[in-house]
Amino acid sequence: MTFIPQEIGGLNHETDILIKQSRAGACGVDLPEVTSFTIRTGQKERQEIGLPQVNEPTVIRHFVRLSNQNYSIDAGFYPLGSCTMKHNPRLNEKMARLPGLADIHPLQDQSTVQGALELMFNLQNWLATLTGLGAVSLAPAAGAQGELAGMLVIKKAHETKGEAATRKIVLIPDSAHGTNPATAAMCGFEIKVIPSNKDGLIDLETFKKLIAEHGRSIAGTMITNPNTCGKFEKDIKEIADLIHSVGAYFYCDGANYNAIVGKVRPADIGVDVMHFNLHKTFSTPHGGGGPGSGPIAVRAELAEFLPTPHVEKEGSAYKLVAPKSSCGKVKGFNGQFGMHIRALTYMLSHGSDGLQKVAEDSVLSANYILSKLKDLYHVPFEGNCMHECLLTDKLQKVKGISTLDIAKALVEYGIHPMTVFFPLVVQGAMLIEPTETETKETIDQFIDTMVFIAKEIESGKGDRFHNYPVSTPRRRLDDVRAAKTPILTWMNNN
Amino acid sequence: MRYLALTEKDRKEMLESIGVSNVDQLYDAVPEEFLLKKPISNLPSHQGEIEVESFIKSLSNKNRSASEGPFFLGAGCYKHHIPASVDHIIQRSEYLTSYTPYQPEISQGTLAVIFQFQSIIALLTGMEIANASMYDGATSMAESCLMALRIKQGRKNIATIGNIHPDYLEVAKTYLDLNDANFVSQVDESCAAVIVQYPDFQGEINSLDEVRKKCDSAGALLIVVTNEIVSLGLLESPKQADIVVGEASSLGVGLNFGGPLLGFFACKKEFVRQMPGRICGATVDADGKPGYVLTLNAREQHIRREKATSNICSNQGLCATAFTIHTSLLGEIGFKKLALINHKKACDLADALSSVKGVKILNKSFFNEFTIELSKDAAEVNKKLLAKNIIGGFAQGNKMILAVSELTSENDIKTFAQELEKILN
Repeated sequence: MTFIPQEIGGLNHETDILIKQSRAGACGVDLPEVTSFTIRTGQKERQEIGLPQVNEPTVIRHFVRLSNQNYSIDAGFYPLGSCTMKHNPRLNEKMARLPGLADIHPLQDQSTVQGALELMFNLQNWLATLTGLGAVSLAPAAGAQGELAGMLVIKKAHETKGEAATRKIVLIPDSAHGTNPATAAMCGFEIKVIPSNKDGLIDLETFKKLIAEHGRSIAGTMITNPNTCGKFEKDIKEIADLIHSVGAYFYCDGANYNAIVGKVRPADIGVDVMHFNLHKTFSTPHGGGGPGSGPIAVRAELAEFLPTPHVEKEGSAYKLVAPKSSCGKVKGFNGQFGMHIRALTYMLSHGSDGLQKVAEDSVLSANYILSKLKDLYHVPFEGNCMHECLLTDKLQKVKGISTLDIAKALVEYGIHPMTVFFPLVVQGAMLIEPTETETKETIDQFIDTMVFIAKEIESGKGDRFHNYPVSTPRRRLDDVRAAKTPILTWMNNN
Repeated sequence: MRYLALTEKDRKEMLESIGVSNVDQLYDAVPEEFLLKKPISNLPSHQGEIEVESFIKSLSNKNRSASEGPFFLGAGCYKHHIPASVDHIIQRSEYLTSYTPYQPEISQGTLAVIFQFQSIIALLTGMEIANASMYDGATSMAESCLMALRIKQGRKNIATIGNIHPDYLEVAKTYLDLNDANFVSQVDESCAAVIVQYPDFQGEINSLDEVRKKCDSAGALLIVVTNEIVSLGLLESPKQADIVVGEASSLGVGLNFGGPLLGFFACKKEFVRQMPGRICGATVDADGKPGYVLTLNAREQHIRREKATSNICSNQGLCATAFTIHTSLLGEIGFKKLALINHKKACDLADALSSVKGVKILNKSFFNEFTIELSKDAAEVNKKLLAKNIIGGFAQGNKMILAVSELTSENDIKTFAQELEKILN
């Protein structure tokens, strides 16, 4: 039979997973030969594992071809709301690979890692100064773990006052990230949901009622500010005062810190504990899902409860210490040190002046998008937004087109969609976060695309979006099938 | 400011388009007294690459890196050679600067990597399934305890057998305390699970068959923790377990002063809906072409909120990618050979130390790490070794836990044995 090649285009990079490219005897490394010896494992040598057998060029080609099926911030606009997909400077990567920082072991004698500890000390100082909060722990591995550490600090503070048993309630707005209630539940707290009001904010009267009702049973509140509707909680100081009036603490989810870094000091508005996502505000790369890093900052009086270890300076020496009444250890060793290097490099590059500009430009860009799209898409909450703007599909829904279709149309037009169907407080949410590292031209192109999509839908030509995307390496994938009969390994996929 | 994209002209035009005269007007929801007009003082202003690089390098130069001389530290974080291709691939923008693959049509690269990662972890551990990664071995073990408590509802204890990494125990304790659950040493019907480390913290290789029997009679799950994944190229897979968790940073990731590392989480298929973290699954697209998606999301925080199996969101995606590339390069032949070389080096070290007066090897069996008992305090011995530019093992009183790898040279072993002899005698 004659071979007929498929007409797929020169840049359509298909590749089989490596187990299917396996050739008996092939290997991608050259390791020294081992002379025969008696093994001392107390067992027989393992027989078959089942790994592929491929040489180095095959491995490189496979992963390069796969990479071409990925969208990335380096390749295009990525306005995922509450994810802060900003440019990831390569200087950060270069610094994180210096042998004196990358090739050190966490259990080395502290005299041999003074530079690393100094770096961590500097980063603690930056975060403390930016927030006005007294003490910082770099231990948490990611935002969600920062939340856990922060809530543990709060729990420990209540415990010290003998109130842990009675303070069981945590107040969380309905617009919060899923990690907030999940974290509070992990800590054994009972969650009372604060409904958002018509402005997408915490309603002060409702909050007062919750305080009056639960009083000293409240351990704290977890509030994202700016919140996930893209709004700054304007009553935040009153809210903080109310929570403090019953002896409870204000935990701030710092996922949206990019909007206010260098513009508002969280300590000033009454925050007691806050986490940072270094992989959002401070430009460490998302890496297709991680690693993140989620340091926390706390008021000075809570410093003794921070997770262990903490870097302190004694004379001219830096030391890893366990805070006096530490809430415990949350991660092995010293936190995501590699991310600490990248974040500090970024902070030094921007400086205090540059970070303020980061916030301003991110807010400016989001408001610019809002101003251009507000007549074509439903804006659930009036007024200026912070660094992200929230739209819904209400106007498009009447024509049978949903947020999902709009997102998939964007994919077809070469732009990564915004965050969709979150926050849950509005139907068909589209949360758009442009960040400060996008040019006006890029933002205009996004706006033009969104305008085009809205007009197509308006004029009844939007039905084709149900079918989109059509030009991507894969079209819409069958989620139901994936969940119904899970195939999670290649052994299961024959 | 090199990372900012707007020009002054852009800013002016955008402000005009919005209908405000300055950016602070956009912060109108922020009470006036809290809005900072000037950059925060006590922090330096912006700097160019030259200045920043020079400062960070000065910090780097103050450290003694693991490659600067003989090095015998392990204890949960192992120094191995990373092929050059690994770092090259993970620095590609498409892996480095993409988000969690929520839009599968334009994330098949990341998803296919996760699918292969899950497969490799399942094969190595002898489990049916694995998730897309956890923060590190310690948090992975903590999550495995929580999962066991969910599966064995009503039971409040977790039994530990033998030597388990102290950091892992400490982290797990933080998580267990929140559930009023405890670590115990007695295996009985109050235990949701039994944990055994394989090889254990002191490098000893425990028989899993015996522990499995204990679990079966108590109706408890068996959790096996492996923090040197290379060992699974020589040792039998811990297939007796219900859950296998641990650390995979030995391959592709490196030391990084202890983070980022790479936690893995594998288990029997029947527990899939109790697993924490992200899971990638195979499916087909609208044209029937095979592809991948994140699946079984109903376990996770963004769907289930307070009822989620864990609060984990970000994981160690890029580290899992590095691991997958490194493991693919090794493949079936290389992985087993690497394990064998590691074990051979440990045997060589044991042989070299057997003639040193004041040193007693405590292990009956080991992989690439074992424990010696010294006639002097191990921390003091380490200080003296350091003066000779040798980084010794992990000190525990008079005991020292020594790790080697394919990077340990004959000369490193010889020097170490000689210096130890001098220090002890």
